[in-house]
Amino acid sequence: MTLTPSIKPARSGPMADKIFGWAAKSCAILTLGLLVAILTSLTISAWPAIDKYGLSFLTNSVWDPVQEEFGGFVMIYGTIATSVIALLIAVPVSFGIALFLTELSPSWLKRPLGTAIELLAAVPSIVYGMWGLLVFGPVLAEYVQTPLQNAFSGTPYLGALVSGPPVGIGLFSAGVILAIMIIPFIAAVMRDVFEVTPALLKESAYGLGATTWEVVSTVVLPYTKTGVIGGIMLGLGRAIGETMAVTFVIGNFNQLDSLSLFQAANSITSALANEFAEAGEGLHQAALMYLGLVLFFITFVILSLSKLLLSQLRKAEGAKT
Amino acid sequence: MISIEQKKARASKFATRNRVNSLATVLALSAMAFGLFWLFWILIETVRLGIGGLSFATLTQMTPPPNEEGGLANAIYGSLLMVGLATLVGTPIGVMAGIYLAEFDRTGWLANVTRFVNDILLSAPSIVIGLFVYAVAVSPFHTFSAAAGVLALALIVIPVVIRTTENMLQLVPAGLREAAYALGAPKWKVIISITLKAARAGVITGVLLSVARIAGETAPLLFTALSNQFWTSSLGQPMASLPVTIFKFAMSPYENWQKLAWAGVFLITLAVLALNIAARVLTRSKN
Repeated sequence: MTLTPSIKPARSGPMADKIFGWAAKSCAILTLGLLVAILTSLTISAWPAIDKYGLSFLTNSVWDPVQEEFGGFVMIYGTIATSVIALLIAVPVSFGIALFLTELSPSWLKRPLGTAIELLAAVPSIVYGMWGLLVFGPVLAEYVQTPLQNAFSGTPYLGALVSGPPVGIGLFSAGVILAIMIIPFIAAVMRDVFEVTPALLKESAYGLGATTWEVVSTVVLPYTKTGVIGGIMLGLGRAIGETMAVTFVIGNFNQLDSLSLFQAANSITSALANEFAEAGEGLHQAALMYLGLVLFFITFVILSLSKLLLSQLRKAEGAKT
Repeated sequence: MISIEQKKARASKFATRNRVNSLATVLALSAMAFGLFWLFWILIETVRLGIGGLSFATLTQMTPPPNEEGGLANAIYGSLLMVGLATLVGTPIGVMAGIYLAEFDRTGWLANVTRFVNDILLSAPSIVIGLFVYAVAVSPFHTFSAAAGVLALALIVIPVVIRTTENMLQLVPAGLREAAYALGAPKWKVIISITLKAARAGVITGVLLSVARIAGETAPLLFTALSNQFWTSSLGQPMASLPVTIFKFAMSPYENWQKLAWAGVFLITLAVLALNIAARVLTRSKN
């Protein structure tokens, strides 16, 4: 008799189970639907521009809301140039940080230093942007841009790259700030994949008399290279999609007059942030939506690649241990 | 026996290897110092300029017109309201989807596709989320609204919560579930009062991290909630938020606006770092 109360809930089980299962499943499907919905609604909103310009939108560098003529080349160039600058700075630095945290640091320092780097990743991008515009920009102009200009002013190519007013605004500043933003992301992924290397492999190399650098360059790096590239791609995805940090310092200038890195320019994200709320419904808005679609497509491809590479490392790890 | 030449050659090779190693060590050390340098520089400037702009009026008065006294009260209220509502909307969906991935379907095609899509959404540019919400929730109603802002932020919360919930549920030992099933508990009961409870700290950590993430998000609010100079609680109207106000004020040439922007940046950084540290403490005490 005492069992009766505990049997009752078990009887109501299957129905409740079904409802709960369906609720969970529909939430998962909702997430899937979200991606489809984003792609569909962006395509529909961008359709007037896609219809009018087609793929030539990507190579046309005229962006003139008054004449209603739109081409995305300047913004796409700005996005790619700033991301490349950011990667050139961030990859070696992140590698150094990961190397330090996994091989060199005394163990009592590992945790606080790792936490500090991860906190750097948590600082909102608007803080980087404002700091970049009001604090870092002027310093960069005076101590980096001006000396670079003086050094290269006569040299062909390099001179053209550093021409323009050294005011701390433009592609170069945006690239440097993006680099500071993505260093923690890349460093954290690199540290995690370096730690995947089996201790046995490393110890064997040390036992043969290899130096720390030799262990890292001939054992750890070859073992983890897909993961390292995956981490770099992850950082690249961040850099391309970053809005606020870039918008503050890139200068929002829609023309491509020179190759100079110190020239004010524009990126996809900052064009959206600055123009979208003011753009009237019609071709201007559609062209901005088209830019958004291009951005989403680029990040989608990069993130898929990075995920693929990182999961390959995980598979290899499963096979070897 | 080895000759003197061989000995010399070995010694010089050994010296080269050591030199390369010391060079790499020094470079790694300087990379670490380089990373920390930015963290400290940003934090020090934020604190110095932020505290300089902070006063009691910052918390009690409305956002002012250029060159007049004022505060950030409506922006702070708007941020708290929108972040709070977005968390309330996004958390249950994220937790349920996480439960589906960890408890109902670990290896099926739907789970794998969902996991992949979730990773894409997790790192998708937040401004694209803003564009999407504009297209579905602002453009059809012809007005910017706080509700659209909440929706945009909720869409950012969901992938973060899904990821952490799934990871945390998978850490729960199978023995716990089996023990509960053996006692005759139905699946929903096992999930809610056994596995979810065991993974509670981790799930809460995920929610805290997602709150920290959306508290500083500017891009998705720019053309959904827009901004508002006045106090409003109506979800049908544009609403001020701290990040958007900072963006507007920092880009302006007015000194009092820039000062308020620094105060706002200080408040946001403080809140975000506090949330992150709280999340860390929570998971560590569990371990």
